[in-house]
Formats: sequence, structure tokens, C-alpha cells
Amino acid sequence: MTFDVYLNVAVAGVLTGLVYGLMALGLSVIFGVVRVVNFAHGEMMSIAMYIAVLLFSTFHLDPLIMLVPIAAVMFAFGYVLQARVINPFVTRPEHSQFLLLVALAIIIANTLLILFGPDARTVQTSYAYDSFQLGPVLIDASKAYAGAAAIAFAIALFAFFRFSLVGKAIRACADNYTGALVVGLNVNRLYALSFALGAACVGAAGSMMTLIVDVTPSIGPVYTLLAFVIVITGGLGSMAGALVGGILIGLTEALAGLLFTPSAKSMFAFGILVLVLLFRPQGILGRRPS
Amino acid sequence: MTVAVITRLADDVPRRTLILLGILLAALLVAPWIVNDYLLTVLIVTLYSAYTGQAWNIMMGFAGQLSLGNALYAGLGAYLAAALFTDFGIGPWIGFLASIPVAAACGAIIGFLAFRFGVAGVYFAILTIAFGEFARIGFDHLTIVNASAGLFLPVAQYAHNDLWRLRGDPTMFYYVILAATVLAFVLCRLLLRSRIGYFWLAIREDEQAARAVGIDTFRYKMYAVVISAAATSFAGVFYAFFYNNLFPEQVFNIGRSIEMILGPVIGGVGTLFGPILGAFVLNGLAETLNATMSAVGLDLPGAKEVFYGLCLLFVILALPEGVWPPLARRLGFDKGKR
Repeated sequence: MTFDVYLNVAVAGVLTGLVYGLMALGLSVIFGVVRVVNFAHGEMMSIAMYIAVLLFSTFHLDPLIMLVPIAAVMFAFGYVLQARVINPFVTRPEHSQFLLLVALAIIIANTLLILFGPDARTVQTSYAYDSFQLGPVLIDASKAYAGAAAIAFAIALFAFFRFSLVGKAIRACADNYTGALVVGLNVNRLYALSFALGAACVGAAGSMMTLIVDVTPSIGPVYTLLAFVIVITGGLGSMAGALVGGILIGLTEALAGLLFTPSAKSMFAFGILVLVLLFRPQGILGRRPS
Repeated sequence: MTVAVITRLADDVPRRTLILLGILLAALLVAPWIVNDYLLTVLIVTLYSAYTGQAWNIMMGFAGQLSLGNALYAGLGAYLAAALFTDFGIGPWIGFLASIPVAAACGAIIGFLAFRFGVAGVYFAILTIAFGEFARIGFDHLTIVNASAGLFLPVAQYAHNDLWRLRGDPTMFYYVILAATVLAFVLCRLLLRSRIGYFWLAIREDEQAARAVGIDTFRYKMYAVVISAAATSFAGVFYAFFYNNLFPEQVFNIGRSIEMILGPVIGGVGTLFGPILGAFVLNGLAETLNATMSAVGLDLPGAKEVFYGLCLLFVILALPEGVWPPLARRLGFDKGKR
């Protein structure tokens, strides 16, 4: 194998990693603000993936164009879920939250199974087999578009948290819950909004993901775990960390798949997670908790 | 000695609770003569989840360490005992003795890494998932145990029940897992009433305060992980010999770890009877759904699971502590020896 092969695989890994990163960003926003670990994260992504597949197969709408409306749908879903179901659990112990979200995950995955059956669904875009030649590197067009869309979406989210008043209020909530209450912020609404934003991230990521992988009703847990690995590797509460973690894990999986066997690739992702938890528990870009 | 243990077990327990436990045990002991083969299998599965739930409860319910990777210890026990049996003809009880140190060491490694480096709460839970997944994918590529092709135990027609080699009919397996469940219950009761149990509860309630009063929290958390891991490994040995086939994809699946947790969380985390009650509630629910579905003639894949999830959702919304604590209070099965 020549160096070119490694480079090609590495670039593909980084681009896939960006989409992973956006998905993990959703988990990071939810955990960073609401302090609830979303064990139904992968299942939420599979909802978005099925919407994208359905829109494509019936109306021939491109998943990359549809990612904004799909993100909006998931935003609404996340808002209602947090406001109606999860909010009472915010103060409950972790195992109680865990059970709630596992129950939600079971319901989502099996509702998708009833609606769509167990077979893998896929999106065949007109550019599915296109690629760009960049010097020695051959870049898959779908992955390039998906990666670019992931960056654009993440930048929009960064800008929202940095510059908008609501975004600042959400950050205040995450930093100091009591303080946020004292200055009169409606914490419950901000929590619902945060969960909704996290769901929107996962919605957008799911829409892009249809260009990269097939969807089945049972893919949820794999991506939930992947999102955990990425968020903890990158640093919980750090938005840039989720993207960096995503790129690192995407790259690791791609190279491990090339050097060993594709079926063992996530073992290396978990290996990285263990190393990070042990030697830098706050994650690559995370701050040490005060 | 025996008398002392029994008095210690029964000490401070309301009479009606003892009667309830006695009736339940008697019912379980005579069950194989009453129920048919199908129900007997259901009871075996139920007791299996009661046992694994009890073992998980030591770590989470008593010491407050949330493990989401207990399938790892069961899987190690299952694979070790099965490999010793198929390759060397070594019986399951020796296999279990061998799996205790292996599972305990594995738990100790995870515990050591986590507690030394201050990995706690959700992070600890995710570390346990990571090790479980690591083992799943690792065993999937481990050729000495047939990797993803699976490890099979020889299934032969046995004329009589061979308890020593765990070969026989479901009734024998039923009594084995019943004995294990009772033993785990008694062990947990003894642990909870001993020094170590009180230290665990102190750590669970407030680790900083526990350390401040001089409890070596690191050591006692390690005990919890190691005991829970060793106890769970027996479940794996049982699993291997009951089902006679092992696939890494199934044995180490995170779904197995979640199943071990559902029972005690539904029944009541940290209570002694919660894991048992939770196992009966959940398996009863699943069987009721099965029966209803086939009675209605609804053969829709996934429908049963959706109802199951909705029921879980309902229980966790309506009963935050689980089923047992409010029930015990209502019926006077908890403290209150008056």
C-alpha cells in the first residue's frame, strides 16, 4: 500500500468525522446544559435519517437541501420531548434518567421498525459516485458535501451561542443554574430550547449521514455510543471539542479499518476513550472542573 | 454459627415480611411440579435476571457506582467456563471457580482506573460501557473461542441430570438458578448488615462526608465492584450451560447490560427485594404482551417492544423509586416492627 491510499482513507475519515462531530455536538449541548445523558441520541438520529430517506424516495429531495427542514422538525421534537417528558427528570438520579431515555430509545427504534421494516434503506443521489481529484487525493463528493454542511451547521450554532441573547442565556444556565434562576431566566424554557438545539444538530447530522451509511431501525445504539466516545474524547461542554473529537474518531476508525479489519474499527475508538478518560478526563479541549 | 447467621438475617425484619418471603420461596420451590415447560423456562429467565440484577445492585444500589457494562463479567464467566468445558472437559463448577478471579480482576482493573483517576458518575458508567464494547469486539475477533462464529457446547441427550456437569433438563437448571438467587439475596442481606454495607451506604449518600469520617472510600468502592463482578460471572457460567451457545455479539451486547439494570431500577434500586420483584414485573409484562399479541393475532415485529417501552416509561414516570419501596410502605413490609 502506498502513502496515497492512507491519505485518501484519512481524508475520507476526517470528512465522516465532521458529520460524527456534528451529531456529538448535539449530545454535548444537551448534556452541557440540561445535565441529562441522552441515551436515545442515536435513535433520534435514525428518525432524521428515515425522514431524509422518505423525502428522497418520494419527492427526490436532496438530503443536503432538506437538512434544514429536517433539523427544524427535530428541533420541535426535542423541544416537546424535554418540556413534556424529560424535564421532571432533571433533578432525579442518573439511573432514573437512564431508564427514561432507554425506554424512549426502545419506543423510537421499534416504532421505526413497525413503520419501515427491518431492511436497510439508502439514498442514491446523482452525485453518489462522483469524486474530486485534489493532487494525489481522491475525495468522495458525497462526503465532501456532507463535511462542508457539517462545518456550516456547527458555525451557525457557535454564532448562536456566542452572539445571540438567548444563546448567552443558555450558556448562563449551563454555567450556574442558581445564578440563572436569580437573574430571572426561565430555566425550564431554556432547557427545552437546549434539548431542541441538540436534537436539531442530530437531525442535520442524520440527514447528511444518509449520504454516507445505510439506515436500519437498529442502528441507534451504535451511534449513541459513538457520540459518547466523541464527546468525552473532545471534552464535555466544549463545542469545538465535539468537532475535534469527531474528526479524531472518524480518522481513527478509517485508519483502523484500513490497517486491521473494518469490523474491529470501533475497538480503537473505545481504546481512545479509555485512554482519554484515564489521562485527560476533561477531554482534549475540555476545561478542568473547578 | 448457623443459628447466629439466621438470627442476624431475620433480625429487625417485620414478621409479615418473613411470612411473605417464606410463601414466595415455597411457591418457587414447588413451581416445577405445577407449571408447564414453557412457563418453567420463563421462570428460569426471570430468576436469571433477578440474580444478575441483585449482583448489579451491589455496585449501584449499595455503593452508588453506576455500571452499564455488567454484561462484560457475565460474558467472561460464560466464555471461560464454556471454553474449559469444550476444550478440556473441565466441569462448570471448576469453570466458575476459575471465572471468579478473572471477572474480579477485570472489575478491579476498571475500578482501579476509574477511582484512582477520579472518574465518577456518568463518566464511570461510560467507562464500563467502553470496556464492555471493547470485550465484545475483541471476542468477535478472538479465534481461540471461534470469534464471531460462536462457541457451542455439545448438546447430547442425557439420561439423567448431571448436576456436577450442569447437563440435564430445565428443572435442574431451574433449581440451580433458584438456589443462586436465594444465595445472592442472603449474601446481600448479610453484606448490608455488616460494616462493609454501612460503609457502602455512606459512600452512596455522600462520598466526601464518608471520606471525612475516615472511610477508605477507594477500597470499599473496589470491594463493591469486585464482589459484583464475581457474582455476575456465575450468571455467565449458567447462561453458557443453559443456552449451549455463545456469540460475542449477544453475550457482550450492551443490551444484556441494560437488561441487568432494568429489573432493579423498576423494582427499586438499593433495596434487597427490588431486583427480584423487578425481574418478575418485567418478565411478567413481556409474557403478558406476548400472550395478548398472539391472542389478538397481531403479528407486527416491534409492536411488543413499543408497548414494553411505554410500560417502562409509565413505571418510571409514576414510581420514581421503583415498585417495591412504595409497595413495602403501603403494606408494612419495611421497617416498623411494632
